[in-house]
Amino acid sequence: MSTTALRARRVRGKGAGLGLLAWLLGIAFFLPIAWMALTSFHSEADAATNPPSFAAALTLDGYREFFGAGGGASPWPALINSTVASVVSTLLVLALALPAAYALSINRVRKWTDVLFFFLSTKMLPVVAGLLPIYLFAKNAGMLDNIWLLVILYTSMNLPIAVWMMQSFLAEIPVAVIEAARVDGARLPTVLTRVVAPMALPGIAATALICFIFSWNELLFARVLTGVVAETAPVFLTGFITSQGLFLAKVCAASLVISLPVLAAGFAAQDKLVQGLSLGAVK
Amino acid sequence: MTATTTAPVATPPVPATRPPSARLRAWATRAPLLPALIFMIVVTQLPFVATLVISFFDWNSLYPDARHFTGLGNYQEVLTDADLRHSVWTTVLLTVAVVLASLVLGLVLALLLDRRFRGRGFVRTLLIAPFLVVPVAAALLWKHVLYNPEYGLLNGLLHYVGGPQPDWISNTPLLAVEASLVWQWTPFMMLILLAGLQSRDQEQIEAARVDGASDWQIFVHLTLPHLRRYLELGALLGSIYIVQNFDAVFTITSGGLGTANLPYTVYQSFYQAHENGLASAAGVLVVIGSIVIATFALRVVSSLFREEVSRA
Repeated sequence: MSTTALRARRVRGKGAGLGLLAWLLGIAFFLPIAWMALTSFHSEADAATNPPSFAAALTLDGYREFFGAGGGASPWPALINSTVASVVSTLLVLALALPAAYALSINRVRKWTDVLFFFLSTKMLPVVAGLLPIYLFAKNAGMLDNIWLLVILYTSMNLPIAVWMMQSFLAEIPVAVIEAARVDGARLPTVLTRVVAPMALPGIAATALICFIFSWNELLFARVLTGVVAETAPVFLTGFITSQGLFLAKVCAASLVISLPVLAAGFAAQDKLVQGLSLGAVK
Repeated sequence: MTATTTAPVATPPVPATRPPSARLRAWATRAPLLPALIFMIVVTQLPFVATLVISFFDWNSLYPDARHFTGLGNYQEVLTDADLRHSVWTTVLLTVAVVLASLVLGLVLALLLDRRFRGRGFVRTLLIAPFLVVPVAAALLWKHVLYNPEYGLLNGLLHYVGGPQPDWISNTPLLAVEASLVWQWTPFMMLILLAGLQSRDQEQIEAARVDGASDWQIFVHLTLPHLRRYLELGALLGSIYIVQNFDAVFTITSGGLGTANLPYTVYQSFYQAHENGLASAAGVLVVIGSIVIATFALRVVSSLFREEVSRA
């Protein structure tokens, strides 16, 4: 056997080893989620054993309990509140961010980079810094425990991200295409709906999904500013475990159900996730 | 069907009408930007100004009549209070530990995923999943399902190898919080670093390899310098999010056992202790800390950004 063949085999062997390592690490990272999913289908007694019962009988009791079968509070109001807060704030973000991004990328205003960085700097202002005045304002305006207050706050939380993302997506549209449409006599609304929108659609969708995720996940504002009526799913989850003794299966079922929309949105936006999370700095 | 759709494409070419003045045109360009800008200023900047003002008052909301101006009194109290000073230290420790650990793990995973192997896409999906669990749910999962000393998965697995059965949260509370955050944030770092790895100049690497450079030499002399700014970006963005972390501290330890970080302390001092002035002063201090990080972060983002713009 020649030395080159040996070397090639050694390289291939190393490659397979590293591939195996990647698999092992991937499984290790996923293990808590897999275990959560499995536990959610176990009975409470089987969920709380040591050593763990991997092969225990499966049941839907955890899910039934979560959805209020055991006499506990129904999660539906909280899930609906979360949906309203996330979806409406995301729509509001798009309505505000799209024109702004247009002015910052296609029809560039003067000092457009300064404006962009102003948006980014608001994202770096910690939430807790404004929490108290917002709380006091809401209390005096009678807006405590009101889902629309969360809609406004989530919009402000996601708007900078959306402006940055959308700006970077719109900037990818070649100016020549827009110019050509204008030369052909298309007016601004036509250019926007027929030329810009189709090309920017994947980016807009990814932006919307990422804003949805951040709103859905938010706890601090919701915890401080809502009570009974406007409680969101994460707040519901924190108040879920205090009462009974054994609750592991129920907690797993609840966590999984509440995480499902985020998992779905995240995987749908997977390709654009980095760009969104790095505020468009990484493509 | 009487209402025929009017096709807007058919409009005849209009000669470009010149706006009355350049100023009007400038405003027309700016107009789409204004709603977003005004919204952000009203919702994010005004409350902060209010926080700044409140921080100069001695104000407990249970005794609203006793409210009075105290100048820097709250700051003095915050900075000399042992608990609050401890929470500053906890915040620093938590942020640095989580960012560094998830950055190193993320780098290892990104390097592994940058290679071709069977099932790469699937493994990538498995690795992203922890980031897509709702943070409160992730914190509950770690607290009750993994860390529980009697029937948690960690001690269950240790049981098989005859290991000890520690009470993770009581023994190492801060580490317990950190581990759950590292689990959630490693995928974030991995994604950014993987994007960095995939933007490397492949020809340059090929050339180095032809010249006889080893994998290690290529990593140290080509890959790491290229990744430097992506590492900085990951570290800084991660810091911004983790400095503000509330969910994990709130859920796993309720700020007990010395794990209260600044956001939790601010939450507690006005939500439970009703000390509005103190909470505001602590909030302002969080902002000052964030500005220090943010200045670096903005510099990194803007250098990456300028590069993108000049390339386009």
